[in-house]
Amino acid sequence: MKELLPEEIAEILNTAELMKMVLKSGNKKTSHLQGKSIVTLFYENSTRTRLSFEMASKFMGAASANVAASGSSINKGESLMDTARTIDMMATDIIIMRHSQSGAPHFIAPHLKASVVNAGDGMNEHPTQALLDMFTMKEKYGSLTGLEVAICGDIYHSRVARSNAIGLTKMGAHVRIAGPATMMPPGMDKMGCKICKNVQEAVSGADAVMGLRLQLERQTKSLFPSVTEYSRYYGIDPETLALAKPGAIVMHPGPCNHGVELPTVVYDCPQSVINEQVTNGVAVRMAVLYLLIARRNQE
Amino acid sequence: MRIHLKNGKIMGVSAPSDLFIEDGLFTEKLNGDADRTIDLNGAAVLPGLIDGHCHLREPGYEYREDIVSGTRSAAKGGFTSVCCMPNTNPVCDNASVVRSIVTKAKREGYANVFPIGAASKGLKGRELAEFGLMKEEGIVAVSDDGRPIETADLLRKVLQYASDFAIPVLNHCEEPSLAEGAMNEGEISTELGLRGIPSAAEDVMIARDIVVAEYLKLPIHICHVSTKGGVRMIREAKSRGAKITAETCPHYFVLTEEACLGFDTNAKMNPPLRTEEDRQAVIEGIKDKTLDLIVTDHAPHHTDEKELEFSLANNGIVGFETAFALGYTYLVRPGIITLRDLVDCMSVNPSNLFGLGRGTLAYGAPADVSIFDLDSSFVFDKEKMLTKGRNTPFDGYTLYGETLLTISGGKITYEKLC
Repeated sequence: MKELLPEEIAEILNTAELMKMVLKSGNKKTSHLQGKSIVTLFYENSTRTRLSFEMASKFMGAASANVAASGSSINKGESLMDTARTIDMMATDIIIMRHSQSGAPHFIAPHLKASVVNAGDGMNEHPTQALLDMFTMKEKYGSLTGLEVAICGDIYHSRVARSNAIGLTKMGAHVRIAGPATMMPPGMDKMGCKICKNVQEAVSGADAVMGLRLQLERQTKSLFPSVTEYSRYYGIDPETLALAKPGAIVMHPGPCNHGVELPTVVYDCPQSVINEQVTNGVAVRMAVLYLLIARRNQE
Repeated sequence: MRIHLKNGKIMGVSAPSDLFIEDGLFTEKLNGDADRTIDLNGAAVLPGLIDGHCHLREPGYEYREDIVSGTRSAAKGGFTSVCCMPNTNPVCDNASVVRSIVTKAKREGYANVFPIGAASKGLKGRELAEFGLMKEEGIVAVSDDGRPIETADLLRKVLQYASDFAIPVLNHCEEPSLAEGAMNEGEISTELGLRGIPSAAEDVMIARDIVVAEYLKLPIHICHVSTKGGVRMIREAKSRGAKITAETCPHYFVLTEEACLGFDTNAKMNPPLRTEEDRQAVIEGIKDKTLDLIVTDHAPHHTDEKELEFSLANNGIVGFETAFALGYTYLVRPGIITLRDLVDCMSVNPSNLFGLGRGTLAYGAPADVSIFDLDSSFVFDKEKMLTKGRNTPFDGYTLYGETLLTISGGKITYEKLC
């Protein structure tokens, strides 16, 4: 999201609207990516992101394949650069990569002919997640300008929070963040976020409330004392949600720890768009791939 | 060998004058015809530079650097002496490793090499290394560089035991429990999603070292200071009369954490590049002599260890061939310090700290001299470096202070072909 201009974000979101119509139609098939090859290279586990990219590629007619860390030469110790070059040399147009290291896509991209789409890099960014979140908000509210968005939880380790903070701010929304001080990185205010002293303050008057996945193993690093205490002070319970604007949407990038960041009653509440986010993820990724191929064709 | 240097400006300021070298020493006049007469055309003649902190990687990591390539690189940067850190393999923690380094350097090196011995055996922070036996073979200091001397108790014993042998103790100041990161903690680390190392990690350890050294009334030398807090605490300790000396590196007064943007691993080092506020504090510390030495922390790595995902890349940059030019370009030319101050930081003070009896052009002293072109700029090209490393963030920088000639112990060790 750091590199994208507001006009480019708007173009992706507009294109995703058309793609969603394709998805909803009986015939989920276009020829936009016919004759193109797309490889997903995932060094970390993923259900939604990987599958939605793969479905998006297939719906638009690309030849797609998946490389997972387990079952490939990555397990034999092949370096990221060698792996990426190997995929590149198979006439690949787009490599979609998830990696545990921040900056991994930036590191390989200049050395490849293929375009690299960042499907999540370490604690840095998860741009297509932010795009699908913005799409979901825009679908509900018509525009992102002036929206109040609360993002709550482990901000420090969250690439979702970073990409959303950057993207939403670029599009004129206001982002408030809250979470344990042990999981709040310095300088988020410089990125345009309002740092709230607690979850209640962040949620009050918000149009959209986003929970973040808590990685339970952080407890062993003394970042929080117990799941019970975390859910009590940093989870979004119905009372907290009641502080938001009436009808405010509830979001979560998934996968969710039920009863930790959100209780099931909130996850499943009528305002929850968490399942809609998944569908929108396919539409947004179709838009990203379509626009990227169109740009490559121009060059 | 007799060398006659003509028309040099001593310390860059005098009227062009001549310098004579015979049998490895400076002399008032030569006893016979010169073997080499070199016209310096008004270039600056400085006492040979001394690097108080570098990594020559031999023994054990010769694929990164060895004594020959490292000292050739040093000579190209105007260094006539270098003090190399003990994190080799095997660790330089015993007399035989010291002897092997010194012997090879004497036979094949392009600079005087003064090893720094490990403070603890194997750099493990448990038991004292053999300071006395290592000193007999030529160490000039002890350090567990790369990591701090682990506990306050061990530091106390290292300082006490080192005082018996009158060798300085150099400490890499960083509280490890706070330092699990890849760059400085702040806005940029947040923006890049990289784990940060807070400046407090360095400050906590500097504070500990000052307290222990002051309590014992013994000297300590603080390595590569990069923080505003560190500079302030050292300044205060010095003003109380504590026997503290300290060093910094050119990258800490030239660059900030912003150099990490774009995940450039050539900006990854330890301590990490800090903020503009820290950079200014380091400059102020050099100016008011809180910081005594400018050292390179020359740390060559193989490309395979640097061209990696940011968090996985090794820490460190090469520094011999840019250090003087960066000091001259960023400190002397803007008028922050004088050329004489820079020579103090890069020659006189290191000589005093390590007891080398160098850093001078006086008759009878070892003929270590470096000649620089201070008037014209040059574009630094990393591919022309003599070190094996290519890990520098300064490629393409326009700098002043190119080395023209280096003489170490009366031997020409670098000569720029004109």
